[in-house]
Amino acid sequence: MISSDFTPGLGLAGGALIGLAAAGLMLADGRVAGVSGIVGRSLAAGQRGDRAWRLAFLIGLPLGAAGTAALLGDLHGFTITDSLPRLAAGGFLVGFGTWLGNGCTSGHGVCGLARGSRRSLAATLAFMAAGVAVVFVFRHLAGGV
Amino acid sequence: MRELAALVCGLVFGAGLLISGMTNPAKVLGFLDLAGRWDPTLAFVMGGALAVNASAWALTRRRARPLFTEAFALPAERGIDRRLLAGSALFGAGWGLVGLCPGPALAGLLRGELPIYLFVAALLAGTWLAQLYTGEGRR
Repeated sequence: MISSDFTPGLGLAGGALIGLAAAGLMLADGRVAGVSGIVGRSLAAGQRGDRAWRLAFLIGLPLGAAGTAALLGDLHGFTITDSLPRLAAGGFLVGFGTWLGNGCTSGHGVCGLARGSRRSLAATLAFMAAGVAVVFVFRHLAGGV
Repeated sequence: MRELAALVCGLVFGAGLLISGMTNPAKVLGFLDLAGRWDPTLAFVMGGALAVNASAWALTRRRARPLFTEAFALPAERGIDRRLLAGSALFGAGWGLVGLCPGPALAGLLRGELPIYLFVAALLAGTWLAQLYTGEGRR
Protein backbone atom coordinates (compact mmCIF):
# COMPACT_ATOMS: atom_id res chain seq x y z
CA MET A 1 0.00 0.00 0.00
CA ILE A 2 1.33 3.45 -0.92
CA SER A 3 1.29 6.10 1.79
CA SER A 4 -0.83 9.24 1.34
CA ASP A 5 2.33 11.21 2.21
CA PHE A 6 3.89 10.29 -1.16
CA THR A 7 5.11 13.47 -2.92
CA PRO A 8 6.88 12.43 -6.14
CA GLY A 9 6.94 15.89 -7.78
CA LEU A 10 8.53 17.66 -4.83
CA GLY A 11 10.84 14.68 -4.40
CA LEU A 12 12.09 14.94 -7.99
CA ALA A 13 12.42 18.73 -7.81
CA GLY A 14 14.26 18.69 -4.49
CA GLY A 15 16.40 15.79 -5.67
CA ALA A 16 17.34 17.70 -8.82
CA LEU A 17 18.49 20.64 -6.65
CA ILE A 18 20.56 18.27 -4.50
CA GLY A 19 22.13 16.86 -7.67
CA LEU A 20 22.77 20.38 -8.95
CA ALA A 21 24.52 21.32 -5.70
CA ALA A 22 26.68 18.18 -5.84
CA ALA A 23 27.49 18.82 -9.51
CA GLY A 24 28.33 22.45 -8.74
CA LEU A 25 30.74 21.57 -5.93
CA MET A 26 32.55 19.11 -8.22
CA LEU A 27 32.76 21.53 -11.16
CA ALA A 28 33.74 24.56 -9.06
CA ASP A 29 35.94 23.07 -6.35
CA GLY A 30 36.56 19.49 -7.49
CA ARG A 31 35.19 18.18 -4.21
CA VAL A 32 32.61 15.51 -3.34
CA ALA A 33 29.43 16.85 -1.70
CA GLY A 34 29.31 14.13 0.92
CA VAL A 35 27.98 15.66 4.10
CA SER A 36 29.41 13.08 6.52
CA GLY A 37 32.85 13.42 4.93
CA ILE A 38 32.71 17.21 5.03
CA VAL A 39 31.75 17.12 8.71
CA GLY A 40 34.22 14.38 9.63
CA ARG A 41 37.18 15.94 7.85
CA SER A 42 36.40 19.26 9.51
CA LEU A 43 37.00 17.46 12.80
CA ALA A 44 40.05 15.50 11.70
CA ALA A 45 43.62 16.74 11.66
CA GLY A 46 45.76 17.85 8.75
CA GLN A 47 43.14 19.42 6.51
CA ARG A 48 44.32 23.03 6.57
CA GLY A 49 43.70 24.12 2.98
CA ASP A 50 40.27 22.55 2.90
CA ARG A 51 38.84 23.88 6.15
CA ALA A 52 37.27 27.11 4.85
CA TRP A 53 35.23 25.67 1.98
CA ARG A 54 33.94 22.90 4.24
CA LEU A 55 32.79 25.42 6.80
CA ALA A 56 31.15 27.50 4.06
CA PHE A 57 29.24 24.48 2.76
CA LEU A 58 28.15 23.51 6.28
CA ILE A 59 26.89 27.04 6.93
CA GLY A 60 24.97 27.06 3.66
CA LEU A 61 23.15 23.81 4.37
CA PRO A 62 20.90 24.93 7.27
CA LEU A 63 20.59 28.45 5.81
CA GLY A 64 19.34 27.04 2.50
CA ALA A 65 16.78 24.84 4.23
CA ALA A 66 15.57 27.59 6.58
CA GLY A 67 15.52 30.19 3.80
CA THR A 68 13.47 27.92 1.55
CA ALA A 69 11.04 27.22 4.39
CA ALA A 70 10.69 30.99 4.92
CA LEU A 71 9.94 31.54 1.21
CA LEU A 72 7.80 28.51 0.35
CA GLY A 73 6.62 27.38 3.76
CA ASP A 74 7.71 24.31 5.68
CA LEU A 75 6.46 22.00 2.91
CA HIS A 76 6.65 18.68 4.71
CA GLY A 77 6.89 19.61 8.38
CA PHE A 78 9.08 17.90 10.90
CA THR A 79 7.87 14.91 12.85
CA ILE A 80 10.10 13.27 15.41
CA THR A 81 8.89 11.52 18.53
CA ASP A 82 11.94 9.52 19.51
CA SER A 83 13.15 9.21 23.07
CA LEU A 84 16.46 10.85 23.95
CA PRO A 85 18.37 7.55 24.26
CA ARG A 86 17.11 6.50 20.82
CA LEU A 87 18.18 9.82 19.28
CA ALA A 88 21.58 9.51 20.91
CA ALA A 89 22.01 5.92 19.73
CA GLY A 90 20.89 6.82 16.22
CA GLY A 91 23.17 9.84 15.97
CA PHE A 92 26.11 7.89 17.32
CA LEU A 93 25.63 5.02 14.86
CA VAL A 94 25.26 7.46 11.96
CA GLY A 95 28.46 9.29 12.94
CA PHE A 96 30.50 6.17 13.64
CA GLY A 97 29.18 4.24 10.66
CA THR A 98 29.61 7.00 8.07
CA TRP A 99 33.23 7.59 9.08
CA LEU A 100 34.00 3.87 8.96
CA GLY A 101 32.09 3.44 5.69
CA ASN A 102 33.54 6.62 4.12
CA GLY A 103 30.23 8.22 3.31
CA CYS A 104 26.52 8.60 3.73
CA THR A 105 23.41 9.10 1.62
CA SER A 106 24.96 12.10 -0.14
CA GLY A 107 28.57 10.95 -0.55
CA HIS A 108 27.80 7.40 -1.63
CA GLY A 109 24.17 7.66 -2.72
CA VAL A 110 24.24 10.91 -4.71
CA CYS A 111 27.91 11.48 -5.60
CA GLY A 112 29.47 8.02 -5.73
CA LEU A 113 26.65 6.40 -7.67
CA ALA A 114 26.69 9.29 -10.17
CA ARG A 115 30.37 8.50 -10.87
CA GLY A 116 29.60 4.80 -11.21
CA SER A 117 31.61 3.83 -8.12
CA ARG A 118 31.26 0.16 -7.18
CA ARG A 119 32.19 0.94 -3.57
CA SER A 120 29.38 3.47 -3.37
CA LEU A 121 26.90 1.01 -4.84
CA ALA A 122 27.88 -1.59 -2.23
CA ALA A 123 27.69 1.00 0.56
CA THR A 124 24.29 2.27 -0.61
CA LEU A 125 22.86 -1.25 -0.74
CA ALA A 126 24.28 -1.96 2.73
CA PHE A 127 22.87 1.12 4.44
CA MET A 128 19.51 0.81 2.69
CA ALA A 129 19.24 -2.85 3.72
CA ALA A 130 20.21 -2.08 7.32
CA GLY A 131 17.74 0.82 7.49
CA VAL A 132 14.91 -1.31 6.13
CA ALA A 133 15.78 -4.12 8.55
CA VAL A 134 15.87 -1.84 11.60
CA VAL A 135 12.57 -0.17 10.70
CA PHE A 136 11.00 -3.59 10.15
CA VAL A 137 12.18 -4.88 13.51
CA PHE A 138 11.09 -1.79 15.44
CA ARG A 139 7.78 -1.18 13.67
CA HIS A 140 6.55 -4.66 12.91
CA LEU A 141 8.28 -7.10 15.25
CA ALA A 142 8.76 -5.07 18.42
CA GLY A 143 5.23 -3.71 18.30
CA GLY A 144 5.70 -0.22 16.89
CA VAL A 145 8.41 1.02 19.22
CA MET B 1 35.99 31.95 -4.87
CA ARG B 2 36.08 28.32 -3.82
CA GLU B 3 34.53 29.18 -0.44
CA LEU B 4 31.80 31.24 -2.09
CA ALA B 5 31.05 28.36 -4.48
CA ALA B 6 30.86 25.94 -1.54
CA LEU B 7 28.51 28.29 0.31
CA VAL B 8 26.19 28.52 -2.71
CA CYS B 9 26.27 24.74 -3.15
CA GLY B 10 25.44 24.31 0.54
CA LEU B 11 22.51 26.70 0.18
CA VAL B 12 21.15 24.87 -2.89
CA PHE B 13 21.70 21.49 -1.21
CA GLY B 14 19.76 22.65 1.86
CA ALA B 15 16.95 24.04 -0.31
CA GLY B 16 16.75 20.72 -2.17
CA LEU B 17 16.59 18.76 1.06
CA LEU B 18 13.72 20.86 2.36
CA ILE B 19 11.74 20.77 -0.91
CA SER B 20 12.28 17.03 -1.27
CA GLY B 21 10.83 16.36 2.18
CA MET B 22 13.93 14.52 3.37
CA THR B 23 14.27 16.98 6.27
CA ASN B 24 11.27 15.27 7.84
CA PRO B 25 12.42 12.00 9.47
CA ALA B 26 8.89 10.61 9.18
CA LYS B 27 9.13 10.64 5.37
CA VAL B 28 12.48 8.84 5.40
CA LEU B 29 11.14 6.20 7.78
CA GLY B 30 8.08 5.92 5.52
CA PHE B 31 10.44 4.96 2.70
CA LEU B 32 12.36 2.42 4.77
CA ASP B 33 9.12 0.85 6.03
CA LEU B 34 8.52 -1.51 3.12
CA ALA B 35 6.02 -3.57 5.12
CA GLY B 36 3.92 -0.58 6.17
CA ARG B 37 2.24 2.23 4.21
CA TRP B 38 5.15 2.80 1.89
CA ASP B 39 6.23 6.32 0.91
CA PRO B 40 8.41 5.99 -2.21
CA THR B 41 9.41 9.70 -2.21
CA LEU B 42 13.05 9.03 -1.27
CA ALA B 43 13.53 6.98 -4.44
CA PHE B 44 12.37 9.98 -6.49
CA VAL B 45 14.76 12.26 -4.60
CA MET B 46 17.66 9.93 -5.33
CA GLY B 47 16.51 9.57 -8.93
CA GLY B 48 16.32 13.33 -9.48
CA ALA B 49 19.68 13.91 -7.81
CA LEU B 50 21.40 11.11 -9.74
CA ALA B 51 19.94 12.19 -13.10
CA VAL B 52 21.36 15.69 -12.68
CA ASN B 53 24.63 14.75 -11.02
CA ALA B 54 25.49 11.86 -13.35
CA SER B 55 24.80 14.01 -16.43
CA ALA B 56 26.92 16.81 -15.00
CA TRP B 57 29.74 14.42 -14.15
CA ALA B 58 29.81 13.12 -17.74
CA LEU B 59 30.70 16.69 -18.79
CA THR B 60 32.81 17.74 -15.79
CA ARG B 61 35.11 14.71 -15.99
CA ARG B 62 36.35 15.86 -19.41
CA ARG B 63 37.85 18.97 -17.82
CA ALA B 64 41.51 19.03 -16.87
CA ARG B 65 40.73 20.75 -13.57
CA PRO B 66 37.87 22.32 -11.59
CA LEU B 67 37.08 26.02 -11.95
CA PHE B 68 38.58 27.24 -8.69
CA THR B 69 41.03 24.55 -7.48
CA GLU B 70 44.04 22.73 -8.92
CA ALA B 71 42.62 19.23 -9.20
CA PHE B 72 39.62 16.98 -8.64
CA ALA B 73 39.81 15.23 -5.26
CA LEU B 74 38.14 11.88 -5.90
CA PRO B 75 38.09 8.97 -3.45
CA ALA B 76 40.40 6.14 -4.50
CA GLU B 77 38.58 3.05 -5.75
CA ARG B 78 39.95 0.64 -3.18
CA GLY B 79 37.55 -2.18 -3.77
CA ILE B 80 34.78 -3.35 -1.49
CA ASP B 81 36.08 -4.33 1.93
CA ARG B 82 34.70 -5.26 5.32
CA ARG B 83 35.22 -1.77 6.72
CA LEU B 84 33.05 -0.23 4.00
CA LEU B 85 30.23 -2.72 4.48
CA ALA B 86 30.31 -2.76 8.29
CA GLY B 87 30.40 1.03 8.49
CA SER B 88 27.57 1.41 6.00
CA ALA B 89 25.46 -1.17 7.85
CA LEU B 90 26.01 0.66 11.17
CA PHE B 91 25.10 3.92 9.50
CA GLY B 92 21.95 2.35 8.03
CA ALA B 93 20.94 1.01 11.45
CA GLY B 94 21.18 4.50 12.98
CA TRP B 95 19.35 5.95 9.99
CA GLY B 96 16.54 3.45 10.48
CA LEU B 97 16.34 4.18 14.23
CA VAL B 98 15.64 7.89 13.79
CA GLY B 99 15.15 8.68 10.09
CA LEU B 100 17.95 11.24 9.94
CA CYS B 101 21.19 11.08 7.98
CA PRO B 102 23.93 13.73 8.13
CA GLY B 103 22.58 16.11 5.44
CA PRO B 104 19.02 16.47 6.73
CA ALA B 105 20.25 16.57 10.35
CA LEU B 106 22.53 19.54 9.65
CA ALA B 107 19.94 21.17 7.40
CA GLY B 108 17.57 21.16 10.39
CA LEU B 109 19.91 23.02 12.73
CA LEU B 110 17.95 26.28 12.48
CA ARG B 111 14.63 24.69 13.41
CA GLY B 112 15.31 25.10 17.11
CA GLU B 113 14.37 21.46 17.74
CA LEU B 114 16.09 19.85 20.71
CA PRO B 115 16.06 16.33 19.14
CA ILE B 116 18.14 17.63 16.20
CA TYR B 117 20.79 19.09 18.50
CA LEU B 118 21.02 15.89 20.49
CA PHE B 119 21.23 13.81 17.31
CA VAL B 120 23.96 16.03 15.83
CA ALA B 121 25.94 16.01 19.09
CA ALA B 122 25.80 12.19 19.10
CA LEU B 123 26.73 12.13 15.41
CA LEU B 124 29.83 14.25 16.11
CA ALA B 125 30.76 12.03 19.06
CA GLY B 126 30.35 8.92 16.91
CA THR B 127 32.48 10.41 14.14
CA TRP B 128 35.18 11.40 16.59
CA LEU B 129 35.26 7.94 18.18
CA ALA B 130 35.42 6.29 14.77
CA GLN B 131 38.39 8.50 13.92
CA LEU B 132 40.12 7.42 17.11
CA TYR B 133 39.31 3.81 16.28
CA THR B 134 40.72 4.02 12.76
CA GLY B 135 43.66 6.19 13.81
CA GLU B 136 42.56 9.03 11.54
CA GLY B 137 41.63 11.45 14.29
CA ARG B 138 43.26 14.53 15.71
CA ARG B 139 46.07 13.62 18.07
